[in-house]
Amino acid sequence: MSQQMIIIIIGMALVTYIPRMLPFLFFRTEKIPPKIEGILKNVPYAALGALIFPGAVFIHDNPLFGITGIAAAFLFSLLGGGLIVVVLGSIAVLTLITPLF
Amino acid sequence: MKELSLSGSSHPFVFGLKDGSSIALGYIPAAITFGFIAQTVHLTSVETLLMSLFVFAGAAQYMALSLLAAGTGAFEIIFTTFIVNIRHFLMSASLNEKTLPGRPLQKAGYAFGITDEVFAVTSMKEGTISSAYIYGVFLISYVSWASFSVAGHSIGDLLPSILQQSLTFALYALFIALLTPSLKKHRKVIYLACSAAVMNSLFSLWLAEGWSLILSVILSAGFIEWAAPHSLEKTQNEKEGA
Repeated sequence: MSQQMIIIIIGMALVTYIPRMLPFLFFRTEKIPPKIEGILKNVPYAALGALIFPGAVFIHDNPLFGITGIAAAFLFSLLGGGLIVVVLGSIAVLTLITPLF
Repeated sequence: MKELSLSGSSHPFVFGLKDGSSIALGYIPAAITFGFIAQTVHLTSVETLLMSLFVFAGAAQYMALSLLAAGTGAFEIIFTTFIVNIRHFLMSASLNEKTLPGRPLQKAGYAFGITDEVFAVTSMKEGTISSAYIYGVFLISYVSWASFSVAGHSIGDLLPSILQQSLTFALYALFIALLTPSLKKHRKVIYLACSAAVMNSLFSLWLAEGWSLILSVILSAGFIEWAAPHSLEKTQNEKEGA
Protein backbone atom coordinates (compact mmCIF):
# COMPACT_ATOMS: atom_id res chain seq x y z
CA MET A 1 0.00 0.00 0.00
CA SER A 2 1.42 3.37 -0.98
CA GLN A 3 2.42 5.83 1.71
CA GLN A 4 0.16 8.45 0.16
CA MET A 5 -2.85 6.14 0.48
CA ILE A 6 -2.08 5.56 4.16
CA ILE A 7 -1.93 9.32 4.76
CA ILE A 8 -5.21 9.86 2.89
CA ILE A 9 -7.06 7.15 4.82
CA ILE A 10 -5.79 8.29 8.22
CA GLY A 11 -6.47 11.95 7.41
CA MET A 12 -9.98 11.22 6.14
CA ALA A 13 -10.66 9.08 9.23
CA LEU A 14 -9.63 11.86 11.61
CA VAL A 15 -11.55 14.71 9.95
CA THR A 16 -14.64 12.47 9.76
CA TYR A 17 -14.46 11.12 13.30
CA ILE A 18 -13.63 14.30 15.24
CA PRO A 19 -16.76 16.30 14.25
CA ARG A 20 -18.92 13.22 14.98
CA MET A 21 -17.34 12.71 18.41
CA LEU A 22 -16.99 16.24 19.86
CA PRO A 23 -20.68 16.90 20.67
CA PHE A 24 -21.13 13.54 22.44
CA LEU A 25 -18.14 14.10 24.69
CA PHE A 26 -18.26 17.84 25.32
CA PHE A 27 -21.86 19.05 25.04
CA ARG A 28 -23.71 18.91 28.35
CA THR A 29 -27.41 18.55 27.53
CA GLU A 30 -28.50 20.28 30.76
CA LYS A 31 -26.31 23.32 30.01
CA ILE A 32 -27.68 23.94 26.52
CA PRO A 33 -30.05 26.96 26.37
CA PRO A 34 -33.69 25.98 25.64
CA LYS A 35 -33.68 27.93 22.34
CA ILE A 36 -30.68 25.98 21.06
CA GLU A 37 -32.17 22.76 22.37
CA GLY A 38 -35.34 23.46 20.39
CA ILE A 39 -33.29 24.02 17.24
CA LEU A 40 -31.30 20.82 17.79
CA LYS A 41 -34.55 18.87 18.17
CA ASN A 42 -35.71 20.27 14.82
CA VAL A 43 -32.53 19.15 13.07
CA PRO A 44 -33.52 15.52 12.29
CA TYR A 45 -36.63 16.52 10.31
CA ALA A 46 -34.87 19.32 8.46
CA ALA A 47 -31.92 17.01 7.75
CA LEU A 48 -34.20 14.34 6.26
CA GLY A 49 -35.82 16.92 4.00
CA ALA A 50 -32.41 18.08 2.79
CA LEU A 51 -31.05 14.53 2.45
CA ILE A 52 -33.97 13.60 0.16
CA PHE A 53 -34.10 16.80 -1.93
CA PRO A 54 -32.72 17.52 -4.41
CA GLY A 55 -30.59 14.33 -4.43
CA ALA A 56 -33.40 11.85 -5.02
CA VAL A 57 -34.73 13.82 -8.01
CA PHE A 58 -31.39 13.74 -9.80
CA ILE A 59 -30.34 10.09 -9.51
CA HIS A 60 -31.15 9.71 -13.21
CA ASP A 61 -30.71 12.15 -16.13
CA ASN A 62 -34.50 12.13 -16.41
CA PRO A 63 -35.96 13.58 -13.16
CA LEU A 64 -39.18 11.58 -13.71
CA PHE A 65 -37.29 8.44 -12.63
CA GLY A 66 -36.43 9.84 -9.20
CA ILE A 67 -39.83 11.49 -8.80
CA THR A 68 -41.53 8.14 -9.46
CA GLY A 69 -39.30 6.60 -6.79
CA ILE A 70 -40.16 9.35 -4.30
CA ALA A 71 -43.89 8.88 -4.97
CA ALA A 72 -43.61 5.09 -4.62
CA ALA A 73 -41.64 5.27 -1.36
CA PHE A 74 -44.04 7.88 0.03
CA LEU A 75 -47.04 5.74 -0.88
CA PHE A 76 -45.58 2.55 0.61
CA SER A 77 -44.83 4.49 3.84
CA LEU A 78 -48.34 5.97 4.00
CA LEU A 79 -49.72 2.46 3.66
CA GLY A 80 -47.79 1.59 6.79
CA GLY A 81 -44.90 -0.35 5.27
CA GLY A 82 -41.86 -0.87 7.49
CA LEU A 83 -38.45 0.44 6.47
CA ILE A 84 -37.41 -2.68 4.57
CA VAL A 85 -40.77 -3.00 2.80
CA VAL A 86 -40.55 0.62 1.62
CA VAL A 87 -36.96 0.21 0.42
CA LEU A 88 -37.59 -3.06 -1.44
CA GLY A 89 -40.99 -1.91 -2.75
CA SER A 90 -39.73 1.30 -4.31
CA ILE A 91 -36.72 -0.51 -5.80
CA ALA A 92 -39.14 -3.02 -7.34
CA VAL A 93 -41.25 -0.22 -8.84
CA LEU A 94 -38.17 1.52 -10.26
CA THR A 95 -36.80 -1.74 -11.65
CA LEU A 96 -40.11 -2.29 -13.46
CA ILE A 97 -39.98 1.15 -15.08
CA THR A 98 -36.23 1.11 -15.81
CA PRO A 99 -36.77 -0.16 -19.41
CA LEU A 100 -38.79 3.02 -20.09
CA PHE A 101 -35.82 5.28 -19.28
CA MET B 1 -39.58 7.77 31.59
CA LYS B 2 -39.77 6.81 27.97
CA GLU B 3 -36.77 4.47 28.00
CA LEU B 4 -38.94 1.98 29.86
CA SER B 5 -40.51 1.19 26.52
CA LEU B 6 -37.16 -0.31 25.49
CA SER B 7 -36.99 -2.79 28.36
CA GLY B 8 -39.33 -5.31 26.81
CA SER B 9 -38.54 -8.93 26.16
CA SER B 10 -35.66 -7.96 23.87
CA HIS B 11 -32.45 -6.04 24.53
CA PRO B 12 -32.08 -2.52 23.03
CA PHE B 13 -29.02 -3.79 21.13
CA VAL B 14 -31.26 -6.29 19.33
CA PHE B 15 -33.76 -3.53 18.51
CA GLY B 16 -30.84 -1.55 17.14
CA LEU B 17 -29.73 -4.44 14.92
CA LYS B 18 -33.30 -4.80 13.70
CA ASP B 19 -33.78 -1.10 12.87
CA GLY B 20 -30.26 -0.94 11.43
CA SER B 21 -30.92 -3.84 9.07
CA SER B 22 -32.74 -1.43 6.73
CA ILE B 23 -29.51 0.60 6.51
CA ALA B 24 -27.45 -2.55 6.05
CA LEU B 25 -29.71 -3.42 3.11
CA GLY B 26 -29.49 0.06 1.62
CA TYR B 27 -25.71 0.07 1.97
CA ILE B 28 -25.30 -3.08 -0.12
CA PRO B 29 -25.65 -1.39 -3.54
CA ALA B 30 -23.90 1.77 -2.31
CA ALA B 31 -20.92 -0.20 -0.98
CA ILE B 32 -20.71 -2.47 -4.02
CA THR B 33 -20.62 0.62 -6.23
CA PHE B 34 -17.94 2.18 -4.04
CA GLY B 35 -15.81 -0.97 -4.20
CA PHE B 36 -16.24 -1.22 -7.95
CA ILE B 37 -15.21 2.42 -8.55
CA ALA B 38 -12.30 1.96 -6.12
CA GLN B 39 -11.05 -0.89 -8.26
CA THR B 40 -11.33 1.18 -11.45
CA VAL B 41 -9.19 3.95 -9.91
CA HIS B 42 -6.61 1.28 -8.93
CA LEU B 43 -7.10 1.00 -5.18
CA THR B 44 -6.14 -2.45 -3.93
CA SER B 45 -8.80 -4.49 -2.13
CA VAL B 46 -6.95 -3.90 1.15
CA GLU B 47 -6.98 -0.12 0.59
CA THR B 48 -10.68 -0.28 -0.27
CA LEU B 49 -11.44 -2.25 2.89
CA LEU B 50 -9.32 0.03 5.10
CA MET B 51 -10.99 3.16 3.76
CA SER B 52 -14.45 1.74 4.49
CA LEU B 53 -13.35 0.49 7.92
CA PHE B 54 -11.59 3.67 9.05
CA VAL B 55 -13.61 6.41 7.38
CA PHE B 56 -17.16 4.96 7.17
CA ALA B 57 -18.63 7.89 5.25
CA GLY B 58 -20.26 7.06 1.93
CA ALA B 59 -20.43 10.44 0.20
CA ALA B 60 -16.92 11.45 1.26
CA GLN B 61 -15.46 8.13 0.13
CA TYR B 62 -17.02 8.49 -3.34
CA MET B 63 -15.64 12.00 -3.54
CA ALA B 64 -12.18 10.82 -2.51
CA LEU B 65 -12.22 8.33 -5.37
CA SER B 66 -13.10 10.93 -7.98
CA LEU B 67 -10.40 13.24 -6.61
CA LEU B 68 -7.87 10.39 -6.68
CA ALA B 69 -8.83 9.67 -10.27
CA ALA B 70 -8.24 13.34 -11.09
CA GLY B 71 -4.78 13.13 -9.51
CA THR B 72 -5.61 15.40 -6.57
CA GLY B 73 -3.17 15.57 -3.65
CA ALA B 74 -3.69 14.11 -0.19
CA PHE B 75 -4.25 17.44 1.56
CA GLU B 76 -7.05 18.50 -0.77
CA ILE B 77 -8.77 15.10 -0.46
CA ILE B 78 -8.64 15.29 3.34
CA PHE B 79 -9.84 18.89 3.37
CA THR B 80 -12.75 18.06 1.03
CA THR B 81 -13.69 15.16 3.32
CA PHE B 82 -13.75 17.55 6.24
CA ILE B 83 -16.08 19.95 4.40
CA VAL B 84 -18.40 17.15 3.26
CA ASN B 85 -18.59 15.60 6.74
CA ILE B 86 -18.81 18.69 8.96
CA ARG B 87 -22.60 18.20 8.86
CA HIS B 88 -22.16 15.26 11.20
CA PHE B 89 -21.14 17.68 13.94
CA LEU B 90 -24.65 19.11 13.79
CA MET B 91 -26.22 15.65 13.64
CA SER B 92 -24.21 14.41 16.64
CA ALA B 93 -25.13 17.54 18.62
CA SER B 94 -28.79 16.86 17.84
CA LEU B 95 -28.62 13.15 18.66
CA ASN B 96 -26.78 13.91 21.92
CA GLU B 97 -30.01 15.54 23.15
CA LYS B 98 -31.83 12.21 22.80
CA THR B 99 -29.29 9.80 24.22
CA LEU B 100 -29.32 8.38 27.73
CA PRO B 101 -26.25 9.18 29.83
CA GLY B 102 -23.38 6.85 29.02
CA ARG B 103 -19.70 6.45 29.80
CA PRO B 104 -17.47 8.74 27.69
CA LEU B 105 -15.68 5.79 26.08
CA GLN B 106 -19.03 4.24 25.15
CA LYS B 107 -20.12 7.49 23.50
CA ALA B 108 -16.75 7.96 21.80
CA GLY B 109 -17.25 4.50 20.30
CA TYR B 110 -20.68 4.92 18.79
CA ALA B 111 -19.84 8.48 17.67
CA PHE B 112 -17.67 6.83 15.00
CA GLY B 113 -20.80 5.33 13.46
CA ILE B 114 -22.93 8.46 13.06
CA THR B 115 -23.41 8.46 9.29
CA ASP B 116 -26.40 10.25 7.72
CA GLU B 117 -28.33 6.97 7.75
CA VAL B 118 -27.45 5.91 11.31
CA PHE B 119 -28.35 9.41 12.47
CA ALA B 120 -31.65 9.31 10.58
CA VAL B 121 -32.72 5.94 12.01
CA THR B 122 -31.65 6.61 15.62
CA SER B 123 -33.05 10.14 15.75
CA MET B 124 -36.45 9.02 14.42
CA LYS B 125 -36.77 6.48 17.26
CA GLU B 126 -39.45 7.57 19.76
CA GLY B 127 -38.22 8.83 23.12
CA THR B 128 -34.73 8.60 24.53
CA ILE B 129 -32.25 6.04 23.21
CA SER B 130 -29.59 3.95 24.90
CA SER B 131 -25.99 3.38 23.87
CA ALA B 132 -26.79 -0.28 23.20
CA TYR B 133 -29.47 0.70 20.69
CA ILE B 134 -27.11 3.03 18.82
CA TYR B 135 -24.42 0.33 18.77
CA GLY B 136 -26.90 -2.10 17.25
CA VAL B 137 -27.85 0.28 14.43
CA PHE B 138 -24.21 1.27 13.87
CA LEU B 139 -22.62 -2.19 13.88
CA ILE B 140 -24.97 -3.90 11.44
CA SER B 141 -24.61 -0.94 9.05
CA TYR B 142 -20.82 -0.93 9.49
CA VAL B 143 -20.43 -4.64 8.76
CA SER B 144 -22.56 -4.27 5.64
CA TRP B 145 -20.66 -1.20 4.40
CA ALA B 146 -17.20 -2.72 4.92
CA SER B 147 -17.91 -6.21 3.63
CA PHE B 148 -19.80 -5.12 0.52
CA SER B 149 -17.11 -2.55 -0.29
CA VAL B 150 -14.70 -5.46 -0.64
CA ALA B 151 -17.28 -7.52 -2.51
CA GLY B 152 -17.80 -4.67 -4.94
CA HIS B 153 -14.07 -4.47 -5.53
CA SER B 154 -14.16 -7.94 -7.07
CA ILE B 155 -17.74 -8.43 -8.32
CA GLY B 156 -19.10 -4.87 -8.81
CA ASP B 157 -19.46 -5.11 -12.57
CA LEU B 158 -21.55 -8.24 -12.15
CA LEU B 159 -24.56 -6.38 -10.71
CA PRO B 160 -27.38 -6.91 -13.20
CA SER B 161 -27.68 -3.74 -15.26
CA ILE B 162 -31.49 -3.71 -14.97
CA LEU B 163 -31.04 -3.25 -11.20
CA GLN B 164 -28.22 -0.72 -11.24
CA GLN B 165 -30.39 2.37 -11.73
CA SER B 166 -33.10 1.42 -9.27
CA LEU B 167 -30.69 0.28 -6.53
CA THR B 168 -29.19 3.78 -6.32
CA PHE B 169 -32.56 4.84 -4.92
CA ALA B 170 -32.37 2.52 -1.87
CA LEU B 171 -31.04 5.04 0.65
CA TYR B 172 -33.45 7.76 -0.50
CA ALA B 173 -36.31 5.29 0.01
CA LEU B 174 -35.00 4.71 3.53
CA PHE B 175 -34.99 8.46 4.28
CA ILE B 176 -38.54 8.81 2.94
CA ALA B 177 -39.70 5.81 5.01
CA LEU B 178 -38.21 7.43 8.12
CA LEU B 179 -39.70 10.87 7.50
CA THR B 180 -43.23 10.00 6.37
CA PRO B 181 -44.69 8.73 9.69
CA SER B 182 -43.56 11.95 11.43
CA LEU B 183 -45.12 14.11 8.71
CA LYS B 184 -48.47 12.65 9.74
CA LYS B 185 -47.85 13.35 13.43
CA HIS B 186 -46.80 17.00 13.56
CA ARG B 187 -47.45 19.89 11.21
CA LYS B 188 -44.14 21.38 12.33
CA VAL B 189 -42.31 18.42 10.78
CA ILE B 190 -43.83 19.26 7.39
CA TYR B 191 -42.56 22.86 7.62
CA LEU B 192 -39.10 21.70 8.70
CA ALA B 193 -38.65 19.06 6.02
CA CYS B 194 -40.14 21.15 3.21
CA SER B 195 -38.24 24.35 3.97
CA ALA B 196 -34.93 22.47 4.29
CA ALA B 197 -35.67 20.59 1.05
CA VAL B 198 -36.41 23.81 -0.86
CA MET B 199 -33.37 25.61 0.55
CA ASN B 200 -31.04 22.70 -0.15
CA SER B 201 -32.35 22.51 -3.73
CA LEU B 202 -31.58 26.21 -4.19
CA PHE B 203 -28.27 26.39 -2.32
CA SER B 204 -26.88 23.31 -4.07
CA LEU B 205 -26.97 25.29 -7.31
CA TRP B 206 -24.18 27.51 -5.95
CA LEU B 207 -22.62 25.75 -2.98
CA ALA B 208 -20.71 22.51 -2.50
CA GLU B 209 -22.88 19.63 -1.23
CA GLY B 210 -21.61 19.75 2.36
CA TRP B 211 -22.14 23.48 2.82
CA SER B 212 -25.54 23.50 1.14
CA LEU B 213 -26.92 20.78 3.40
CA ILE B 214 -25.62 22.18 6.66
CA LEU B 215 -26.73 25.73 5.81
CA SER B 216 -30.26 24.70 4.85
CA VAL B 217 -30.64 22.52 7.94
CA ILE B 218 -29.47 25.26 10.32
CA LEU B 219 -31.62 27.94 8.64
CA SER B 220 -34.70 25.73 8.53
CA ALA B 221 -34.34 24.42 12.10
CA GLY B 222 -33.61 27.94 13.40
CA PHE B 223 -36.31 29.77 11.48
CA ILE B 224 -39.05 27.27 12.30
CA GLU B 225 -38.01 27.37 15.96
CA TRP B 226 -38.38 31.16 15.88
CA ALA B 227 -41.69 31.07 13.98
CA ALA B 228 -43.26 28.08 15.77
CA PRO B 229 -41.52 27.47 19.11
CA HIS B 230 -43.87 24.63 20.08
CA SER B 231 -42.35 21.47 21.37
CA LEU B 232 -42.52 18.61 18.91
CA GLU B 233 -43.63 16.31 21.72
CA LYS B 234 -46.53 18.57 22.71
CA THR B 235 -47.91 19.06 19.22
CA GLN B 236 -48.64 15.36 19.10
CA ASN B 237 -51.28 15.82 21.81
CA GLU B 238 -52.55 19.05 20.32
CA LYS B 239 -52.98 17.74 16.80
CA GLU B 240 -56.73 17.29 17.16
CA GLY B 241 -57.12 21.04 17.72
CA ALA B 242 -54.70 22.07 14.97
